[in-house]
Amino acid sequence: MELRLSKVGHSYAGREVLRGIDLEVPQGQIVCIVGPSGCGKSTLLRMMGGLEVPAQGDVLQVGYPPEGCLNPLTFIFQDFALLPWRSVAGNVSLVLEDHPIGRAERREMVADVLARTRLTEFADALPRQLSGGMKQRVAIARALVVRPAVMLMDEPLSALDSQTRELLMDDLVNLWIRQPFTAVYVTHNLAEAVRLGHRIFVLSRRPGELREVIQLDKPLAERGYGDAELEVQQKHLWDLMRAEAAAADAELVGG
Amino acid sequence: MRSLLVDKLAQKVAFRGGGFTFQSRRWVGFLVFVVLLLLAEWGTRSGVISPLTLPRPTDVFQTFVELYSSGLLFQHLIPSLLRLLVGAALGASLGIAVGLLIGLFSFVRAGLLPLVAAIFPIPKIALLPLFVIWFGIDEGSKYALIAFGTFTPTVVATFAAVDNVDRTLIRMGQSFGLSWVSIVRKIVLPGAMPGILAGLRISLAIAIILLVAAEMLGAEFGIGAYILEAGSLYDLERLFAGVVILSVLGVLVSAVIGAVERRLLDWRT
Ligand SMILES: Nc1ncnc2c1ncn2[C@@H]1O[C@H](COP(=O)(O)OP(=O)(O)OP(=O)(O)O)[C@@H](O)[C@H]1O
Ligand SMILES: [Mg+2]
Repeated sequence: MELRLSKVGHSYAGREVLRGIDLEVPQGQIVCIVGPSGCGKSTLLRMMGGLEVPAQGDVLQVGYPPEGCLNPLTFIFQDFALLPWRSVAGNVSLVLEDHPIGRAERREMVADVLARTRLTEFADALPRQLSGGMKQRVAIARALVVRPAVMLMDEPLSALDSQTRELLMDDLVNLWIRQPFTAVYVTHNLAEAVRLGHRIFVLSRRPGELREVIQLDKPLAERGYGDAELEVQQKHLWDLMRAEAAAADAELVGG
Repeated sequence: MRSLLVDKLAQKVAFRGGGFTFQSRRWVGFLVFVVLLLLAEWGTRSGVISPLTLPRPTDVFQTFVELYSSGLLFQHLIPSLLRLLVGAALGASLGIAVGLLIGLFSFVRAGLLPLVAAIFPIPKIALLPLFVIWFGIDEGSKYALIAFGTFTPTVVATFAAVDNVDRTLIRMGQSFGLSWVSIVRKIVLPGAMPGILAGLRISLAIAIILLVAAEMLGAEFGIGAYILEAGSLYDLERLFAGVVILSVLGVLVSAVIGAVERRLLDWRT
């Protein structure tokens, strides 16, 4: 299943936030969206996930979700969005409970996904007992368990410290290598974008328009921390964004 | 050179981070009780406090023991507890239900919120004669008064608690395609539970206050009736024995809610 956006535009209370976005999310690839603060990245992602309706243009889902997919468009949130009153296993199991799955099979699915995200020994822990990185791993496990067609991630690592961020990026890369998934990854962090993205869409400041599309052909498995080739790409991205970011920063909020 | 510096100039950084944290110190509350009682006992014995202003604690205790041994205690206590239980259960469960509806549906909110605001400030005791006409002089009017009194604060606490549930969690539920019922049952209700229980603490205390008021009219037995009778006879010992029973009841109710909180809200730090 692929996602296709055509001429998507949106305004909040007469203020244009997005304008004429054409974008494609090919199957089995990670698409990164970068852009200055307030340019409408989160809005765009919410539209892709059906949590908001664009004022102009269409968000299309092309083809059918794969067999056994329980929730085709699945979010991973910046602030984890875990239920504090449920254990790790309970949080994962929550999203299966509305589907006609037997109790035993559900437990098996939860156990399997916790093993894949290396959380097995924390299955009974409550969210408040976990570090930020662990919480996000639980959220990733919860997203994986519904076998999504497209994962929609809104700055999933930006609430974490930089070491944890590196570790979790490795986790995501490994998960992808073992079983390629389709994802849209919104981020502020250009290092994340060049590390995880097969394709990077650069948005301008508000109203967000597509500035440039960068294709990265180096396989994810071969990209590493401090990769010189990636640094060049990252520098190029920063040059693109620098002026926009500065201008966006100088704008009055709500102006 | 270094040790010289340490000797001459080094000072421990003074600690100034104390206070403002909650620590469990149960015995302090108990101690305050005991000290107050001892003061009253000493005051009444030595004549500093005249027996007309305050009964002697030991006399009150004596009265209480008599009440117990004569079997009258349970004759008063059981009907009161029943009224409290039925009235508060009715009022609190209706209040939680209506509060949830107000919190969940904007139509219900627009329709009922002004009504709730209008009946909240009415002193429910003033409506007792009306309840007697509506529900009869017997138990009906007493249940109604207590239920009505617990209803409004519970409604307000519940819908405020629902409003305070983290919206990102609800969004998360929607993004995973959870049904409306699941979102309410598994996200909204547990998320609102701390606020609902905090509201119940207040509502149940109000229920105890209203119990006495409810027993003002046409009650032969009941703690409230006992207190009112003692009051009209200026029998301070019995008055205080009754008041102590109410206080104990209040402490018990609060302890029960505390236990429920510890069980249901153990996920909080
Ligand atoms: N529900 C809303 N109602 C009104 N305005 C909104 C709403 N959501 C977002 N906006 C505005 O739309 C603009 C784009 O918001 P959005 O959150 O999509 O930006 P973003 O690119 O994700 O920003 P950031 O990088 O800070 O996360 C902002 O100016 C924001 O104030
Ligand atoms: Mg955002």
